[in-house]
Order: sequence, then structure tokens, then C-alpha cells
Amino acid sequence: MSFPDPIAVFRTEAAELLEQIEAGLLDLNVNLGDKDQVDTVFRSLHTLKGSGAMFGFDALAAFTHHCETAFDRVRKGEVPATHDLVGAVLEAKDHMRLLVDTPTGDHEAASEALLASLRRAVDGAGVPEAPAGPSTTRYTIRFSLPQDAMANGTNPLGLLDEMRDLGDCRVVADRSAIPPLDQLNPVDLHLSWTVELTTSEPRSAIDDVFIFVMDDMQLEVTEVQGEPQTSAAPAEAEAVVAATDPAATTPKPAAKGPATVDAKAAKAAENVRVPAERLDELMDRVGELVIAQSRLSQLAGSSGDLQLRAVSEDVERLSGELRDTMMVLRMVPVTQLFSRFRRLVHDLANETGKVIELVTEGETTEVDKSVIERLADPMIHLVRNSCDHGLETAEQRLAAGKPAAGTISLSARQQGGEVIITIKDDGRGIDKDRVRAKAESSGLIAANASLSDQELYQLIFQPGFSTAQQVTNLSGRGVGMDVVKRTIDALRGTINVVSRPGQGSEISLAIPLTLAIIDGLLVRVGSGRYVIPLAAVEECLELSVEEDMRSRGRSFISLRDSLVPFIRLRDLFRTGTTPDPFQKVVVISTGSERVGLVVDQIIGDHQTVIKSMSKLHHDVGTFSGATILGDGNVALILDVGHLVSEGQQQEAQLRAAG
Amino acid sequence: MSEAAARTLPDALWEGREEIEVVTFDIAGEVFALEAAAVQEILDLLPETSVPGAKAFVGTVINFRGKVIPLADIRLAFGMEATQPTIDSRIVVIELEIEGEPTLTGIRTDKVHEVTTLVRSAGEPPPSVGMRWRPDFIDCLVKRGSDFIILPNLQAIFSANHEHRKSGSSTN
Repeated sequence: MSFPDPIAVFRTEAAELLEQIEAGLLDLNVNLGDKDQVDTVFRSLHTLKGSGAMFGFDALAAFTHHCETAFDRVRKGEVPATHDLVGAVLEAKDHMRLLVDTPTGDHEAASEALLASLRRAVDGAGVPEAPAGPSTTRYTIRFSLPQDAMANGTNPLGLLDEMRDLGDCRVVADRSAIPPLDQLNPVDLHLSWTVELTTSEPRSAIDDVFIFVMDDMQLEVTEVQGEPQTSAAPAEAEAVVAATDPAATTPKPAAKGPATVDAKAAKAAENVRVPAERLDELMDRVGELVIAQSRLSQLAGSSGDLQLRAVSEDVERLSGELRDTMMVLRMVPVTQLFSRFRRLVHDLANETGKVIELVTEGETTEVDKSVIERLADPMIHLVRNSCDHGLETAEQRLAAGKPAAGTISLSARQQGGEVIITIKDDGRGIDKDRVRAKAESSGLIAANASLSDQELYQLIFQPGFSTAQQVTNLSGRGVGMDVVKRTIDALRGTINVVSRPGQGSEISLAIPLTLAIIDGLLVRVGSGRYVIPLAAVEECLELSVEEDMRSRGRSFISLRDSLVPFIRLRDLFRTGTTPDPFQKVVVISTGSERVGLVVDQIIGDHQTVIKSMSKLHHDVGTFSGATILGDGNVALILDVGHLVSEGQQQEAQLRAAG
Repeated sequence: MSEAAARTLPDALWEGREEIEVVTFDIAGEVFALEAAAVQEILDLLPETSVPGAKAFVGTVINFRGKVIPLADIRLAFGMEATQPTIDSRIVVIELEIEGEPTLTGIRTDKVHEVTTLVRSAGEPPPSVGMRWRPDFIDCLVKRGSDFIILPNLQAIFSANHEHRKSGSSTN
């Protein structure tokens, strides 16, 4: 068992904290008076600062400190939360991410600029005692640490250095407690210190220096009067903090520490972080178990032994349950995905000057983790597109009799073995005429080609297609939508577009819940068995002898008045056997395109654990993977997207030929 | 065996060692050997599933303990005819690096003999003429008794076929 790199662990933790901070800030932006959110953000900032310093991310710690300070003042009610402040901290949060990712980079200038805007935001809120002001306060700090402090890892010099960072310091050590040399234990600490500090930092900055040793030490902080200063809280300034006594006047820092720890401990008990590959390994084992079990039940089924049958049924039930549990393990709620868009929409609203509201629905719907990760990019494109092209400006909306604020709604729901994710806006909708004009001018379709609405909308997913007359910073360069299509295809999903002019458009992504297991239709071609993903199967029908004869030479069947091209898998796979007398056609589709596959026999449906093919077979495009059947044999899984495009090409060639 | 010939033996195989442990087996009447450490398992023949469209050399896949792995026929890589399996036919499963990824692959053999030790001093590079096997697919020959044992260069065989197929498909 190897221990993970502590820096990597910190980065993971920091990423979570930053996510919490962002979520908190965005919530706060909606409801500025929300005290809980202020506390949440403050706590996260504080933890980030603490662990950042612990792992040597000094720039991060220093920078975060200022944001924490700002929020501390909000928390104490000294400064009201404002949109400006939230915005400034949001920007600062992005900078923190940068500091986490590249701690060695040169971020000085950016840090300064952000802190300046943060100060402006805080000052703009009408603060009497701006920390950025030139006013300074003098404090006399007396502190002594327990005798075993150094043995426990505290370095008093570090504390003194931190105080020196706060401002001008005069340090006097009290050596009176040092015992004679023969009784001196060099590990014990016998000194105490008196520090005279002149600083522009607030009182709490001094407490922060001692935050990790507060519990066992004696600390006395006195504000020295007589200096020109504008402190609004002389009472607090004179308070003496005896941190050993929890009932002291300002016990906040001491109480805060344990509270955070408790919350963390509780969280750790609920969740176990497991590397994804271990889950995949477990998944493989469960897959093999399912295969072994179906062999067992075949054996048991053909034997008369009742006891064997009973055991086999038990194993079948258990392995089924195990597989279901396993699937649930990999599932995460789509909240993880949707929460990223709150920030995106917030930024897009700022960039475009439109008023945009984001509504999310069905966030508890669960999807395979690997699916979620791969969905993020295409959804970003779709949301950007909706914000940029779909929604109108506030004036245009008002003129059209709609509310000024445009709405983007993200929703997720489960439907059978699929999850449907919908991105909907109430903007102007997709302009069909412009899509058609653009498609004709770029040669994607023939002029006056008759297309259904759905076919027309699907054109926007073609590479290089964009109807935006103006290229903006956000979209309109024609890249993106084809990426969406490619990613969704790779996930074996489909895209459906609905648009009503003037009322908005709705793009639905139907994605299989998992990438590891599919429902398949088992068919036989020649002597080989193949699996067709059931989700792609539209219908199965018999290829009658007349149709078979008639269709020689041209590969079309008419299916309810429309011509569907078909592929004879026997020919494609060169089986070299005589065809069965009654051939079947399995009609498969991706979105709007259909193609028929002629097979010898349809065996039935089969739940399939997908195995990838080795590198040696990666060039064989017809198959997307393989699976192991109940009898231990391997069956190949047909790549529907590949076959459909092959069928369409064949159709196009035939059309071109005559 | 001359010293000069021994020095030209590929060091990738011997890695400075004087002896290696190998598994010996027959393919098309010749004795071949593969380093024992690379061999995962020796299997009886299994039901095979042909992969339409794949190169004949790796035309089928088998179920190896729940994994789907390709089954290669070295004969076809050397341009020879496939033969019917016999009662002695076995599959030798080895692990190979293909494009930087460790890949399990089965190799069809006519008969598996034994695990034995080959000494470097008995080895010599493949002759460039006078053999029905392509010399660039062979690491070296090791003399034993009156016969030679062939140590095939699987990396060369698999990558040559791999690249060949890739370039073939891109012209389609």
C-alpha cells in the first residue's frame, strides 16, 4: 500500500474547498443576507489558508488570508456583504486556484490587483476602519508557551517571524525562567516574550498568528493608547485574551478550531475516497463473476440436480445484487455537473450584459462518474451557445413581451437505462431559415432538399457550422457543436433538438447510465454471434424472399413508405456460409439516421459487460468492443455509429450513381 | 561459435546475461523459444471468435480468464499457410508492449515442449539467406544438439504487422 503524495492530497482538498467557496459565494450573491453562507465561505477560506501554509503553498496562504480577513469582517457584521465584494472574492477564488496549480509561478502582480479590488469592494461598503488605510495601532503582546511546546513541534521563532510580517516589531525575550545549566533540558522551552508591534493589520491578525498553539498558551494583547488611530472598537482592543480560559472575552479562534475539525471528521466517516481504478478493477471482477454465474446456471439448468439448481439460483441472485450495488458505487449525482454551470452562467451574464437566470432540476439524478466527466465539455458548449445565441438582450426581450431576465434551465431525469439531460432556454429559438441557408451555402445539403425539422436542427452539429453572423468571444466560430456531437456519440448517446421560434430551444442529450454494461441484442451472422446495442435498435423484421430477391443489386428496403438502406452483414463479414432461408433485418438508428442490418438469426436480448478490444484490433472500426457470452465464447459488439455512417455512405453513392 | 558472432547478438534479449530460461515450442516443424518470464500461461485450444476485417495474422480473439485477448498465428506473419490444429496444439499467452501498453496476446503453437535454459555462447544471429523465416523477425538462433532453436522477435513481428495494417487502412 503506497501513501499518496501529500501535495496531491492537498490539491484535491483545495479543489473541493474552492468548489465550496464558489458555491457559497454564488448562493450569497442571490441572498446577500444569508449568514450561513458567509460562515461557510469563511470556514472554507480559513481551512484553505491553514492547509495551504502547512503544505508550503505560502503565496496561496498569504493571498487567501486577505480574503479571509474580508469575510471575517462580513461575518462579524462590520461590513455588509455586497455584490461587489462577492464578485471580487469570486475573482480572487480563481486566482487561488491558479496559486494551487502553479505555486511557483509569478503571480505577484495579479495578486496585488485582485487585493486592491477586494479592498475597494470592502471600503466601498462604507467601512469606518479600512484595513488598507495608513492608520496604525500599537500593541503590546506578551506570550509564553508551555514547556514542552518545542517537543510538540511548535517553533516560537516562526511565530515571531509571522508577527514581524505584520509590522514593525520590537521583541524582548524574558530569560528569567531559564534554570542553571546543569538542570537545563535543551528540548524544553523556558523563554517567554514581550513584543511591541506597530501594525496596520486588524487585531484578529495577531490572534491568527497564534491560532495553532492557542489552546495551551498564555497570550496577552494590549493596545497601547496615545497613538493617533481610528479604532472604532477600543473596548475590544483592550480586551485581554487568556486563551487557556474558554470563557474569555473573545474565545472565537479557540472555538473555531475544534468545530472545523469535528465537521471534517464527520465527513470523513461518511465518505471514503477510493481511486477510480480500484472501482474499475472491482467492476471487472464482478463482470467475470456474472459470466461465471451464467455458465453455472446453464449447467444447472441442464442437469436434474435440484440442490445444484438451488445453489445456482442463489448465486444468480447474489451476483445480480452485487452487480447492482457495484453500479451504484460508480454513480454520482449530476449536482456535481450542474454546479459548474452556475459560475459559467454568472460569467456569461457579465460578458454579454444579458440578465440570465439559471434554473436546475433533477440534480439528484445519478450517473456513472466517467459519464459525468465526459459530459462537462459538451454541456459547456451548449450552455454558452444558449446564452450567446439563444437569449436576447434585456431590451429585445422586453420588446418581445418577455421578462427581461432570460432563463437557462438544466434538468436531468432518468428514463429506463438512460439519463436525459436537457438544456433549455427561453430565447429566440433556432432560426430554421438561417440554418438552411447556411447549410446550403456551405454545401452541407442540396438546395431545396426536403428535410424534417429534426434533420435540419441536427445540421448545427456539423463541423464548421455556425449561424452566428457575429463572432463573439463566446461562440460563433463554428467550433464546439461538432465536438458536442462527437462526445455524445462516443458516449453512445443521442441528441434531440426542439425549437419554437421566439419561445426558445431545447436540446436533450440521452446518455446511457453507464459505460460498463449495455443491453444488447444477440444476433447470429453465419456461425458468429454479435451484439447490437439494444438502445440503437428500432425494430426487427423479416426480409421476405421477394424483398431479398428484389433488393439484390440495390440495398434498400421500404419501411412504411420510406427507403432504408441496409447492409448485409454476411457480405461485410465474409462468412462464406449459405444464408439462412429466413433472414432478418434489424433496423438501427442514431438520432434521425437509420440503417438495416441483415442477419441470419435473432437470438435474443443479452445484458453485456463491455470489454475493450486490444490495440491490435483498434483499427477494426466495425466493432466497438467485445463481450463474453454465457458459454464462455466471445461475441463482438457492433459499432452502431460506424455502421450507420457506412450505410448512409452506401446510400449516397447509390444516389449519386443514379 | 566465434566470439565475433556472439557479440553481435541483440542485447535487448540477453541483457548482459549468459543464460536465459525459455519455453520451447513447435511451429511449422521448427523449434521456437520465448523467454519464460514473459509467458503468462499455456492453454489448451479455446473456442475462437473471428474478427471480420482484422488482419489474418491476428484474425481471432479468445476469452482468457474473462479478458478478450487477440490470438496470433506467427505462421501467417511469416507468410506461411495456416494448418489444422492437432491434439498437441496449445496457446501460449504472453504479455507484450504494444504502443507502450502492456497487452496480453495468445500465440498459436503446434506443440509445447519444456522450460529449458539457453546459453548465450551457443547463440548466433540469424543468417540473412537460406532460411524460410524472415531474418528481421528473428532475434537469434541458439544451437542445441544438432538443431537450432529460433528466438523470434515478437516486438518486430507485432509492430510490423500493426503498422502495416494501419497504413493499409488509411488508404481506404
